[in-house]
Amino acid sequence: MPALTHYLVLSALLFCLGLFAVVTRRNGVAILMGIELMLNAANVNLVAFNKFAAPGAMQGQVFALIVITLAACEAAVGLALVLAAYRSLETVYVDEINVMKW
Amino acid sequence: MEAVLFGITAVLALAGGVGVVAARQPVHSALALLLVLLSLAVDYLLLAAQFIAALQVIVYAGAIVVLFVFIIMLLHTRSGEGPRAGAGLPRAGAGVLCGLFGLALLALAAGVRETAPPPAPGFGTIQDVGRALFGRYLLPFEAASALLLIGMVGAVALGKRLRPAGDPSPGRPQAPPAGGPARAR
Amino acid sequence: MTWADLSLIAPELALAAAACAALLQDAWATGPALESRSRGPAAAWIALGGVCAALLLLGVRPAGAAQVGFAGMYVRDGITRVVDLAALAAAGLGVMLSPPYLERFRLPAGEYHALLLLSTAGAMLMGASRNLVLLFLGLEMLSFPLYVLAALARRSRRSQEAGLKYLLLGAFATAFFVYGVALVYGASGTADLSRLGRAPDVPLLHAGVAFLVIGLGFEAALVPFHAWAPDVYEGAPMPATAFMSVIAKVGAFAGLLRLFPQALPQLAPAWGQMLAAIAVATMILGNLAALAQSNVKRLLAYSGVAHAGYILIGIASGGPAGSSAVLYYLLVYVAMNLGAFGVLLLLERRGEEADRVEDLAGLLGRAPWAAVVLAACMVSLAGLPPTAGFIAKLYLFRAALQDHRVALALVGALTSVVSVYYYLRVASVALSAGAADAVAVRHSRFAGVGLALAAAGVLWLGIVPGAITALVQQAVQALR
Repeated sequence: MPALTHYLVLSALLFCLGLFAVVTRRNGVAILMGIELMLNAANVNLVAFNKFAAPGAMQGQVFALIVITLAACEAAVGLALVLAAYRSLETVYVDEINVMKW
Repeated sequence: MEAVLFGITAVLALAGGVGVVAARQPVHSALALLLVLLSLAVDYLLLAAQFIAALQVIVYAGAIVVLFVFIIMLLHTRSGEGPRAGAGLPRAGAGVLCGLFGLALLALAAGVRETAPPPAPGFGTIQDVGRALFGRYLLPFEAASALLLIGMVGAVALGKRLRPAGDPSPGRPQAPPAGGPARAR
Repeated sequence: MTWADLSLIAPELALAAAACAALLQDAWATGPALESRSRGPAAAWIALGGVCAALLLLGVRPAGAAQVGFAGMYVRDGITRVVDLAALAAAGLGVMLSPPYLERFRLPAGEYHALLLLSTAGAMLMGASRNLVLLFLGLEMLSFPLYVLAALARRSRRSQEAGLKYLLLGAFATAFFVYGVALVYGASGTADLSRLGRAPDVPLLHAGVAFLVIGLGFEAALVPFHAWAPDVYEGAPMPATAFMSVIAKVGAFAGLLRLFPQALPQLAPAWGQMLAAIAVATMILGNLAALAQSNVKRLLAYSGVAHAGYILIGIASGGPAGSSAVLYYLLVYVAMNLGAFGVLLLLERRGEEADRVEDLAGLLGRAPWAAVVLAACMVSLAGLPPTAGFIAKLYLFRAALQDHRVALALVGALTSVVSVYYYLRVASVALSAGAADAVAVRHSRFAGVGLALAAAGVLWLGIVPGAITALVQQAVQALR
């Protein structure tokens, strides 16, 4: 029977992997994937806390639903922006996108 | 049984996470992300969150990853992880920083104790979630719909083609939006 | 849900309805064409109508005891009222100042106004949230339209770059915010802000609050989360920059007010120090970096960072004095910053934005009123009497002294002295003789009225601050 701590450890590791991806990747699409990893880590936490720390109400699960909505929205706008930036700047690498100093 | 299942999915999720970070081809990153999302869906089932698990598969794995794959295909010509231009943090430094950050989070997780009694049977069913969503959480639900409207307006405003006149960049042909994912082999 | 609940969110509903109307009008006028052809100010009128309706709905509701709706999600009290007022002022001025620019640079008016109104509604939700879920949704409703607005000038590479940078960093900060909500929820067993005060004082709670501060601090451009501000301000189309510079601050500080003095008073000893340190770093870095700028947009970006530091003084001091000072400063900041941007929006240098300091030369000779308004706003941003900026800073420093944070008030006063140099440099260029001959001044009645309103606000709040002071003090009465 996995305990709360196990889920929290899984979530912490996923969050760090996402963080690492965001900090080191240069490709805008890959950075967005790292952010999705971080959001998923938070969702694991929310659902686990809902079961183990506050089973009275469904706050954690409802919040997780809203985070999924947000992730969909973010992917749509983010990828539209990457595409638009690619059309006008001809690159998807964030460190080559520097018309202005970064 | 549950412990074994959790162990397998946790290992798969972490392996997928490493894949997202390490893969040189964005397509491989996207597939690794898919692995993470599906493993987590199983974990949600273990956590008595059936509805979240279903949405994880349908929305996250089904829609969002497909969107990622589609965009990667659209940008196919130049989307690998080329040689670094020197900007950004070096990988080793970033690794050390993220590792320290992770240790802090792990220490935090180790100190947490379960405070509540095990949930009542029937906890986390779709009825439960639905009642909360349309009862107490009605306003957040409506606000989320406004957020989706914003996302839609934004994606259309940024994604639609401009009239070529006055466009500083040469007009490039755009893949037809319909049937995109199916064509992206 | 009851009618009483619905009447609570009536101002937000009015904005959302106007946003949909602006979109539909644009679609109707455009037809099957690729790009919007409706160059007239129809969308602006619709948006302005929405803002006026929201103000009216805000005004007819009697100021009184706090009303809670939607099962404890939403609270309409004094703080909500002032935050709504600031957000609606930002939206109204933003709508009035932008039509000439939108027309000249062919930005899609329907999308621009719809996103502006929805972003305003997001800031208002943040100010009214009594639950972390709603606070989070408000934050997202506030920031997503800003990402899109920053990239709305599709033909400008800088705008595309600004939008992409803003979105990537903003989404990164959002991930931290979500994780923070999860940790706070785990530590306290609730996401209800009114019950966080009874949460046990465990490391998990502190970690969660730290993550929440990262998310909100990014939106407010506090050091060290300010890195996006100069590039995004410079690259975004100027009306978007102007609106973003004020609405993001309104929303973020409304969220911080709901979080710190209100929900977590038990953390005040620990977090007061932390926030004070952030405020000091923000004030020093923002003001020093602004000294070196020759681009007015970048200058105002760093000035915005510095002002975020000043406002954070009020949050760090906490209590009724600090909170009321924050609310007062937000109102003043909306008027003075939009006034300054409004003058820049009238100028054009050879088909581009006139965003260099030297482009302002000789403005007095060609558009005396605009030059005077710009000078008044700069004096107010520098915090000199008789303008509103002076009174607002006075309230903040007084709150810091009442809370025995002498160092905080001292750093605030000293950095304000530094800021006089760069603000008055801009004002003196505008009031000087000589002319930047490539720069044209576009006159617009719509924008003129907006500028007059902003200038009137700056002077009114500075010379007779009594009415608004009473309003903000009444707003924080419940805080003890």
